[in-house]
Amino acid sequence: MADKIRIATASLAGCFGCHMSLLDIDERLIDLVAHIEFDRTPLTDIKQIGRCDVGLIEGGVCNAENVEVLKAFRRHCNLLVAVGACAINGGIPAMRNQYSLTECLEEAYLHGSGIDQPQIPSDPELPLLLDQVHPIHDVVWIDYFLPGCPPSADTIFTFLDELLSGKPIRFAYRQIHYD
Amino acid sequence: MHTVQENDPSNLLQRLIGLQQAFRHIPSDAIDHLAESLGLSRAFILGVIQFYSFLHSSPRGEYDILFSDNITDQMQGSRLLAQRLASKLGVDIGRTRDDQRVTLDYTSCTGMGDQGPAALVNGHPITRLTMERVDQLAALIEQAVPLDNWPAELFQVSAGVERRDIVLNSDYKPGTAILRCLEEGAEELLRRLEQAGLRGCGGAGFSTAKKWRFCASTESAERYVVCNADEGEPGTFKDRYLLQAHADRLFEGMTLCAAVIGARRGFLYLRGEYRYLLGPLQQILQQRRENGLLGQAILGRDGFDFDIDIHLGAGAYICGEESALIESLEGKRGIPRNRPPFPVTRGYLGMPTVVNNVETLANAALIAQQGVEWFRSVGTAQSPGSKLLSISGDCERPGIYEFPFGTPISEILAACQAHHTQAVQIGGAAGRLIPPAEFNRTLAFEDLATGGSFMVFNQSRELLNAIDNFTRFFRHESCGFCTPCRVGTAMLTKQLGKVMVGHATSKDLDELGTLGSLMRQTSHCGLGQTAANPILDGLEKFPDIFQSRLRSTSFEPAFDLDASLEEARAITGRSDPGAHLEGGGV
Ligand SMILES: Cc1cc2nc3c(=O)[nH]c(=O)nc-3n(C[C@H](O)[C@H](O)[C@H](O)COP(=O)(O)O)c2cc1C
Ligand code: SF4
Ligand code: SF4
Repeated sequence: MADKIRIATASLAGCFGCHMSLLDIDERLIDLVAHIEFDRTPLTDIKQIGRCDVGLIEGGVCNAENVEVLKAFRRHCNLLVAVGACAINGGIPAMRNQYSLTECLEEAYLHGSGIDQPQIPSDPELPLLLDQVHPIHDVVWIDYFLPGCPPSADTIFTFLDELLSGKPIRFAYRQIHYD
Repeated sequence: MHTVQENDPSNLLQRLIGLQQAFRHIPSDAIDHLAESLGLSRAFILGVIQFYSFLHSSPRGEYDILFSDNITDQMQGSRLLAQRLASKLGVDIGRTRDDQRVTLDYTSCTGMGDQGPAALVNGHPITRLTMERVDQLAALIEQAVPLDNWPAELFQVSAGVERRDIVLNSDYKPGTAILRCLEEGAEELLRRLEQAGLRGCGGAGFSTAKKWRFCASTESAERYVVCNADEGEPGTFKDRYLLQAHADRLFEGMTLCAAVIGARRGFLYLRGEYRYLLGPLQQILQQRRENGLLGQAILGRDGFDFDIDIHLGAGAYICGEESALIESLEGKRGIPRNRPPFPVTRGYLGMPTVVNNVETLANAALIAQQGVEWFRSVGTAQSPGSKLLSISGDCERPGIYEFPFGTPISEILAACQAHHTQAVQIGGAAGRLIPPAEFNRTLAFEDLATGGSFMVFNQSRELLNAIDNFTRFFRHESCGFCTPCRVGTAMLTKQLGKVMVGHATSKDLDELGTLGSLMRQTSHCGLGQTAANPILDGLEKFPDIFQSRLRSTSFEPAFDLDASLEEARAITGRSDPGAHLEGGGV
């Protein structure tokens, strides 16, 4: 048997919903695990990414750390996949794009209701926020896009399954259309 | 006969345009009142207001100034002029000044390409703008001089005919064609149009006789004839000239069509930018009524009743598409319908409707008067007759040109005295970009078809600016109904922007190509299907202008990574290494 396919995943500006959907593959995970192994992912808690075949990215790019992680993924993964609406379009986090960053931070940390000791956090440990939230293809080249919020477990499974088979990837209509 | 019911919902758009003119916006209580009296929901009315660029729900300034933003205006320095006016008046472009005195903004091509840079002031065109004129405007506005008292020469729109051929050289006598039609019968007229081979001048070139015959053959109690005077294609202004100088011909053409298809009511759909022609056109209609050429029993023929209403558009290019135009005539947002059914079977209010371009109808009247041989004396076998061109851009003699079909592009360029030509955009933003190697191609439906726009670019121009201008035009004018066009036009603009600022790699060009052909194949109407033409043509005919701006890396971010942290650095006062990002792609 050929070597196992090595997969890394990351959640950038996302809600982990897409990762939950990955886990929702349920018992088929057992079949999959025979063919894949995980590198850096929140599931393994490995912090540094190594050489991988596939990178799955959930969430858009909202801060400097997201940029670094995404670039590291691009350097280490042969194929990079945008998983879910946030990775593809910026999604919910990108709703802040209609306000300036200053307005957002002032609302959240200075003028919002119920704030004790108003101050905008600043610490070298904290990644700085970008002025806009971006879809991940604004920062690196993306090979595949899996639409959905989140894409269903079935869609993710089909994607990995077809990828493993080496065939062109095909989906049933309902797996990638939401009309 | 042509009773315009005040409380007919199909009157909504016309009522809104009236309100906008009277109150500089559509007041909220007026919306409630309209909703009540027309039996429409408030949301529906708001939807219509938001759809049309010239309707607003918050007040515009007393002087509402829109600079025409076509590439030809820009090439004549319009953007600098707009900025100068903005700084003189102390107002940002796109804003209304705090004292409500003035609003400044850009708008799509206003149809004055041969006498630009142009602008609209409260709907009235101002042409040939210069620094002096801009200063003059600023003074008039600051002194609050009523528009009626502004110097008349500001509003001068010249005819600018540079070349005449069979059509513009012919005399036309009002009523001759109608009389002949009444004497010889509608079938004979149709036969004549068929033999003359008249084809639609709006761009698509469909046989006019066939369209009329088709409509006439439908089973229906009512039929309508509509003249498409929306002329929104950037760089076109030949219909403006016809409406200004030869409206009688076009009304005669509409009346002939009415005789053929049995219509009792017709509409002229006049783009909002040409509102200044409304008064003169209405006078001509009135005169025709007085001369028995419109109204009851035309030329004494019992039962031949026909009249024409003029409906205004309100700044939406998509309303030139015939089914969107009909929606707009019905008072709604101009969203293209599914076709088929075509308007000839289900058009205005669901009734069979002929929609023809201004030039087509004017030509029909002349053919009826002058005969088949006259029309066929010029042109080619498949494209008989002549075509009016609106020539603008880099040439010494911009203006209206009538050329026989079959004329090579090189001859047209020589006639308008264009030198060192780098490219011609023929057929407007939705048309084709033609490099010098193809200047031997000809003006004809079987070769280079055009609704009439002909924009010339000399070698000193950055063609990418033109391509960018057209792409932005489509993004602005996309009606938003279907995803490939609504999203696609935005993605094209963004992706092209990446090329323009030098952030793109060859992968981005591939993306542009893929996106463009996707839009061509999957968009709902002609707008989305042609919106990528400028980019696709550019990539094919002028690859160097793209290639020379590419990065050699495999991929570059769409924005400046480190600069996007600037605001956060300023807020937090940080400058440690973690507060910066390396630029560049992976
Ligand atoms: C996006 C779009 C815009 C159009 N704009 C115009 C226009 O401004 N004037 C026009 O006559 N035809 C325009 N057309 C073409 C009309 O849909 C229609 O074909 C034409 O009015 C038919 O008249 P004809 O047969 O006399 O050419 C447009 C088409 C599309 C798809
Ligand atoms: S796409 Fe939906 S589920 Fe996935 S991260 Fe975004 S919000 Fe969460
Ligand atoms: S192609 Fe564009 S203009 Fe045409 S229906 Fe779709 S969104 Fe509207």
